[in-house]
Amino acid sequence: MTTTTTTPATTTTAATTARRPFARRRVALHAACLAALLVMLYPLAWLLATSVKPADEVIASLDLLPGRLEWSNYETALDGVNDVSVGRLLGNSLLIASGAVIGNVLSCSLAAYAFARLRFRFRGPLFAFMIATIMLPHHAVLIPQYIIFNQLGMVNTYWPLILPKFLATEAFFVFLIVQFMRGLPRELEEAARIDGCGPFRSFFLVILPLTRPALITTAIFTFIWTWNDFFTQLIYLFSPEKFTLTLALRSFVDASSTSAFGPMFAMSVIALLPIVLFFLAFQRFLVEGMANSGIKG
Amino acid sequence: MTTPHTPTTVRGEGAAPPARPARRPRREGAAWVFLSPWVLGACVLTLLPMAVSLYLSFTDYDLFDAPSWVGLRNYTQMFTEDPRYWRSVGATLTYVAIAVPLQLALALVVALALKNMRHGKAFYRSAFYAPSLLGASMSIALVWRAIFNDGGTVDYLLGTGGWVNQPGWALLAVALLTVWQFGAPMVIFLAGLQQIPGELYEAAEVDGAGRWRQFLSITVPMLSPVIFFNLVLQTIQAFQVFTPAFAISAGKGGPADSTLFYTLYLYDRGFVASHMGYASAMAWVLLLAIGVVTAVLFRTSRSWVFYASEGDR
Repeated sequence: MTTTTTTPATTTTAATTARRPFARRRVALHAACLAALLVMLYPLAWLLATSVKPADEVIASLDLLPGRLEWSNYETALDGVNDVSVGRLLGNSLLIASGAVIGNVLSCSLAAYAFARLRFRFRGPLFAFMIATIMLPHHAVLIPQYIIFNQLGMVNTYWPLILPKFLATEAFFVFLIVQFMRGLPRELEEAARIDGCGPFRSFFLVILPLTRPALITTAIFTFIWTWNDFFTQLIYLFSPEKFTLTLALRSFVDASSTSAFGPMFAMSVIALLPIVLFFLAFQRFLVEGMANSGIKG
Repeated sequence: MTTPHTPTTVRGEGAAPPARPARRPRREGAAWVFLSPWVLGACVLTLLPMAVSLYLSFTDYDLFDAPSWVGLRNYTQMFTEDPRYWRSVGATLTYVAIAVPLQLALALVVALALKNMRHGKAFYRSAFYAPSLLGASMSIALVWRAIFNDGGTVDYLLGTGGWVNQPGWALLAVALLTVWQFGAPMVIFLAGLQQIPGELYEAAEVDGAGRWRQFLSITVPMLSPVIFFNLVLQTIQAFQVFTPAFAISAGKGGPADSTLFYTLYLYDRGFVASHMGYASAMAWVLLLAIGVVTAVLFRTSRSWVFYASEGDR
C-alpha cells in the first residue's frame, strides 16, 4: 500500500481502511476453514500413522509421528486373513465392484432413457413408484431377497451382490440419469429420427454418448458404495476365500487387542486406497453429481 | 402392475403429436424394452420381497423348515415382551435425533462460509466432501473405535475414558462419525445457495437489513426446499446405519445395548438367531416408521418450505 505517491494521501488511506476489514475477515475465514480441515483430517492422519507404528508405540504415545517406521505391518497385512492373501481379497472386492458398476450403468441408463424420453402407459405412476423406491429402506426387502437367493442356491456366491445391479434396483442412479437426460436438447433426437434412427439407435448413438458425465458419476458412486458395503457382503458371503477386504477387516473387529493394530490399520489403508484414488481422479464428477442430486428436484 | 401393453387402443393423452399415430405403438414397445430390467427388478427384488416379508412377519420361519403361521405373535412379542427391541428403538431414535440435526447444521454453516469465498472454494468443497465417501467404510469405523477407545485420542485429551465402553457415550461416538460426513449435504446446500439470486440480497441491503436479517428472511426461505431435501434424505439414511455400530460394538450393540441400532438388532434376530419371521416383522415396522416420519416431514413442510416461482421449475 505504499506504492501510490502520485495519488493524494487521503484517498490511499481511505482505500486501505475500507479494504482492510474485508481482507482480515477473509484471512480469518481461511484460518477457520484450515483449522476445521485439520480436525477433520485427523482420523486419516491417525490411520496412516498407526499403520506404520510398532506395536509398543500404539498405546504408549499419542504422537502421530512414529518413533520408527514399522513396515512389517504391511508385510503382515499382505499375508491377509484366514490364509487368504490381500491380493485375493482385493481381487474379490474389485470383481464385485466392477460387476456392480457395469450393471448399474447399463440398467439405470436404459430405464432412465425410457422415463426421460419415451412415452408409455403408466409412465407417471411408474416414475412415482421409482422415486419412492429411493427412500425404501434396504432392510424391508432384505430377508425375502435372501430367501430368494437362498432358493436359487446363490448364497455364498457373488450373484446376490451383482445381479440386482443389472436390474436397476438402485433407483437413485435412474433418477440422476433421468435428470441429466432431460437437460439434453430434444432436437438431437429429432434429427436422428429424421435420419432414420429408431429409439434404440438414437439411444446408443446419440443420447448415451452425451450422457457420459452422468454415467461417470453413476459408475464412481457405484464403485465406492459397493466397495464400502459391508452389510450385504456380511450376509451373503461366508467362505474366507470369497471374502472381500471389508469382510476381512471385520475379523479384526472381534480382536480388540492393540497388538494387532499395526497390521489391521495397514490393511485398512489398503482397503481405503482405491476410494482415495477414485476421489482424487474424479472429484469433480463426484461433487457435481452430489450437488445436482439436490437441486432441480 | 406392469401388464404388457396392447398397442391396439389409441389413448387420448394428446402428448405425442397426432400427426404420426402409426409410429406410437412401436415406440411404446421400445419403451418397455428399455424398461424391462427395471420392471423385472422392481417386481422380483422389490414388490415380491415386500409381499413375502409381510407374509413371513406372521410366521415362525428359520430358513430350513416351512414357515408356520403364528398370526400376530411376532408383533405382540416385539411390542410387549422384548425389552431389547425397545432398547434398539430408543438407541436408533436417540442417534437420529442427535446426528441428523448436528450434521445438517454443520453442513449449512460451512456452506454459508464457503459461499462467497473467492479463492480456494473448490478446494475446500472437495476436501470437506471427502469424509462422506470414506466414512461408510469399515476402515474408518475401526479407526473411530480406536480413537474413542480406552487410551485412544479422545480419552487422552478429555480424560473421559474410552467412549465406546460407556453406555452413555458410545452412541455419541457413532453420531460424531455421522457428523464427520457432513460434506455431502454441505455440497447440496452450496449448490442451493448459489441458486439464490443476488438481487435479493442487494435489495435487502438497500432496505438496511443486516446479515442476520438477510439470513433469516432470504437465505432460509429460499433454501428451504434444499434443507427439506437434505433433512428427508439424511433422516432416512440415519435410520439405516449399520457398519459403525457393528464395528464399535463388535456386532453386539453394546455396551448395555446402547448402540444396538434397529438394523443391528434386525440382523441379530434374522441372521444370527435365525428368526426370519420376527426379523420380517421388524423390517415392516421399520418400513412403516420411515413412511410415517417421511409423511410427517412432508406434512410439516407445507408450513415452512417455500417453493419460489412456480414457473421457474
